[in-house]
Amino acid sequence: MTADSTPALVKQADADTDGPAPAGPPAARGPRARNTKAYLTYVAAKIAGAAVSLFAVLVTSFFLFRLIPSDPVKQMTGGRRVSTEQLESLRHQFGLDQPMWQQFTTYVGDALTGDFGTSFQFHAPVMDKIVEALPATLLLTGTAYVLYSALGIWLGTRTAWRNGSTSDRFNTALALTLYSVPSFWLGLLLIIVFSVGIGPIPGMFPTGGLESGNETGFAYVLDVAHHMVLPVITLVAVGYAQTLLVMRSSLLDEMGSDYLTTARAKGLRDDAVRRKHAVPNAMLPTFTLMFVNLGHVVAGQILVETVFSWPGLGGLFYQGLSVPDLPLVQGLFFVFATAVILANTLADVLYPLLDPRVGR
Amino acid sequence: MVERVPPHSAQPRSRLRVLLAAGAAALGLAAASVVPGIPLGAAAPQQAQAADSGKTTLTVAVAQSVDSLSPFLAQKLLSTSVSRLMYDFLTNYDAKDNHAIPGLATKWEPSADKLTWTYTIRSDSKWSDGQQATAEDAAWTFNKIMTDEAAAQANGSFVTNFRKVTAPSPTKLVIELKEPQATMAALDVPIVPEHVWEKVGDFSKFNNDTKFPIVGNGPFILSDYKVDQYVKLKANKDFWRGSPKFDEVVFKTYKDQDAAVAALRKGEVSFVAGSPALTPAQAASLKGEKNVKVNEGPGRRFFSLATNPGAQTKDGKKFGNGNKALLDQKVRQALFLSIDRKTIIDKVFQGHAVEGQGYIPPRFSAYYWQPSASQSLGYDPARAAGLLDQAGYKLKGDQRVGKDGKPLDLRILCHATDPNDKAIGKYLKEWWGKLGIGLKVNCLDDVSVPWYAGEYDLAFDGWSVNPDPDFVLGIHTCAALPAKAKASAATDNFICDKTYDDLYKKQLAEYDPAKRADIVKQMQSWMYDSGYMNVIAYPNAVEAYRTDQIKSITTMPEAAGNIYGQDGYWSWWSAVPAGSGTDTDSGGGGSSSTGVVIGIVAVVVVLAGGGFLLMRRRRTTADDRE
Repeated sequence: MTADSTPALVKQADADTDGPAPAGPPAARGPRARNTKAYLTYVAAKIAGAAVSLFAVLVTSFFLFRLIPSDPVKQMTGGRRVSTEQLESLRHQFGLDQPMWQQFTTYVGDALTGDFGTSFQFHAPVMDKIVEALPATLLLTGTAYVLYSALGIWLGTRTAWRNGSTSDRFNTALALTLYSVPSFWLGLLLIIVFSVGIGPIPGMFPTGGLESGNETGFAYVLDVAHHMVLPVITLVAVGYAQTLLVMRSSLLDEMGSDYLTTARAKGLRDDAVRRKHAVPNAMLPTFTLMFVNLGHVVAGQILVETVFSWPGLGGLFYQGLSVPDLPLVQGLFFVFATAVILANTLADVLYPLLDPRVGR
Repeated sequence: MVERVPPHSAQPRSRLRVLLAAGAAALGLAAASVVPGIPLGAAAPQQAQAADSGKTTLTVAVAQSVDSLSPFLAQKLLSTSVSRLMYDFLTNYDAKDNHAIPGLATKWEPSADKLTWTYTIRSDSKWSDGQQATAEDAAWTFNKIMTDEAAAQANGSFVTNFRKVTAPSPTKLVIELKEPQATMAALDVPIVPEHVWEKVGDFSKFNNDTKFPIVGNGPFILSDYKVDQYVKLKANKDFWRGSPKFDEVVFKTYKDQDAAVAALRKGEVSFVAGSPALTPAQAASLKGEKNVKVNEGPGRRFFSLATNPGAQTKDGKKFGNGNKALLDQKVRQALFLSIDRKTIIDKVFQGHAVEGQGYIPPRFSAYYWQPSASQSLGYDPARAAGLLDQAGYKLKGDQRVGKDGKPLDLRILCHATDPNDKAIGKYLKEWWGKLGIGLKVNCLDDVSVPWYAGEYDLAFDGWSVNPDPDFVLGIHTCAALPAKAKASAATDNFICDKTYDDLYKKQLAEYDPAKRADIVKQMQSWMYDSGYMNVIAYPNAVEAYRTDQIKSITTMPEAAGNIYGQDGYWSWWSAVPAGSGTDTDSGGGGSSSTGVVIGIVAVVVVLAGGGFLLMRRRRTTADDRE
């Protein structure tokens, strides 16, 4: 992705040292007004940066997928009875017979009005296809996101606080192992063990899909939840390590700090020192990571969606690439990049509220 | 160091809240696994077979997604197969030997001048909304394809030789042709109801997937569809050939083949086909499975090597950079003489294929052709070396060198997604290397661009053949060449030869089946001798189904053929559900009660954990207050 994914923490350091002092507002307005103005300037700069990034993504997406050596028309009709004249007619309908500059101007012009064209293979507006698949992706990766973020923060805190203990070593090793496991392989393994069943373990969960297709009402909700179990476990298993490690290292950095010694000297219990003093400070890098990950929630997880036949955006992107269905992959790429850019911009905008030194 | 006191808003949610949220989510997920009514373990086969009120459902795992449910747009095999079930065609193919048999038309005959075909449309076929299916519907369908470019996307090639289509009466359809055409009983075009489709505005955007059930007259009525999830079809009880035995057929999407095999093993689906075949490993793993039958039939595909005979446009403009050495028939034949097909069948296809010879696979017996003993280009490296010598490519050291002093080095296009291509590429490198020929195996995700630019020497090739071979024969005619260099075209690999073209025209104009078959065999013989196309194997169709869900099912050819992707609706129309008394133990292990127990244990563990943490939290808070 070309999105601005520079961690806010790095920017925080920049903000600490770089840049001229903001032009001073009239003294009568006081520091609060000065701070507000600086913040608004900072936010405006971030939003402007995001807009520039989005336009860059729009342009990039057009050329990027045209670098793939492929003939969409021949791929789509592969194996079918088609005449040379029919193929020419399809190329004309898809606008592939137009000069590149004309295709580009049409694409940018339409995209600026929110129209990403019509999918070659699905004969439907690209935005309709995206809107159709988005809820499934958000449901799956969103649930996994909440779970792996929570698990990562919790375990990261525990392992750091008990640095060097058996549980620290075990949890860190387990997280690193799962992080290294290919998600499709883990997914298949879970299907074999918990869907088909092995030995005394019965097949408890469906092998794939979002629903059985014959439930309504509350039973439908439960049915979907039932289908979510294995893909969510897969995503959480391979995803929580990142949060755990960032949280752990960040908390370890804090643990030698004088303010914690001071807190302890005040007679606070160890648990309170951790919860009220250490963890809040250690959370800052974790927040950054969570925002970066939040952007990727929209993109879904192509491999996991494929293994579990999940009807989301990841699978749609895969299908688009296999042709390549240019309008579809361009549209999806733009949506994915937009999500990451927005999440990063949101992180940038919120960060000064979390750490007042940023944005001044 | 200055103590950093974070602003209030930066404080994370308390550990307890996070834990409770995570616990609640986990609880929800775990609880869902023990909800009554949701299949657990061995309960799945019952779901597939007799879920509610004794309804029998046949679930087919499919790898593709539907591109469109409009028969005017659908290109993918799944979509066209679904169209075959939804709408009747004028004719059908006999399951035994593929000859044309009645469909919507009960009989058909050409005029004496061979240019007019008259079809008698049956009077016992009704649309699912109660209206009669007539010749007017058929005439409207063909006329729409002929006059609306948007409606010609899928089946336009069938009507290119049509001059006029009329329906003088509800049971009489007349098609006038520009040139004689022997394939008039092989018009694989779904006939749609005029009274429904005449309301469609833009055919390029209408996907026929908004209102269910969809009006049709095939053996099944499409009742529900969810993108990338399933297509549901219920039996058409009024189908003129007789109602299907299963109440419902569901095509369920499995994007991963191994997951689909797991679903079959569990009993979640009744049938799984490969794409195009189950891998040898998948087939082997299913062979010992209880209640699973692995079906292996002769495939309809051929797997071959194609040479670049010199890329050219329709008006004879040359392009591309194919190796000129391959313009010599002796060199082409030498290459093919040094391919050990038997080793490829045994080692690469692991026995799941038949050795290739002619262009049309043996399952299409009427057109199947084999070379005579004197014609045969079997494995013979010594003869290959002799032919290369004759062609002027002498052995210098360990290299074949042409008269221009350049070594004979070739490139072959391979599909990166096909493991067979890669494996065979290695063998070719070895075999041709022994002859002194260098080979570069160029594996790409999409080979179409270098192929249609003529920038290759050889390529792995393969086609699915229809009962009527006209199409696969037609892709080697001069008419299939591109209008412009590098543009998409119907051609397979730029073959353009007068002898072949004359034979092609002759077979298309020959209405006597035996005489036509003879011409088709002559074309295959020419192709074989030319060395442009070398058929290595006919891969078998390998698929599997659950015998505790499907009692019997018709294969095509009926004796020992395939089930998925047939020319016709025989498999799903004929499938008989296994009796309700059949043992439905899928071998999934345990029972649903075991699943419930495990689920309950999981819930209890989560609840106990949550309670413990809550208690700890309360105690800690109390301590803090002190």
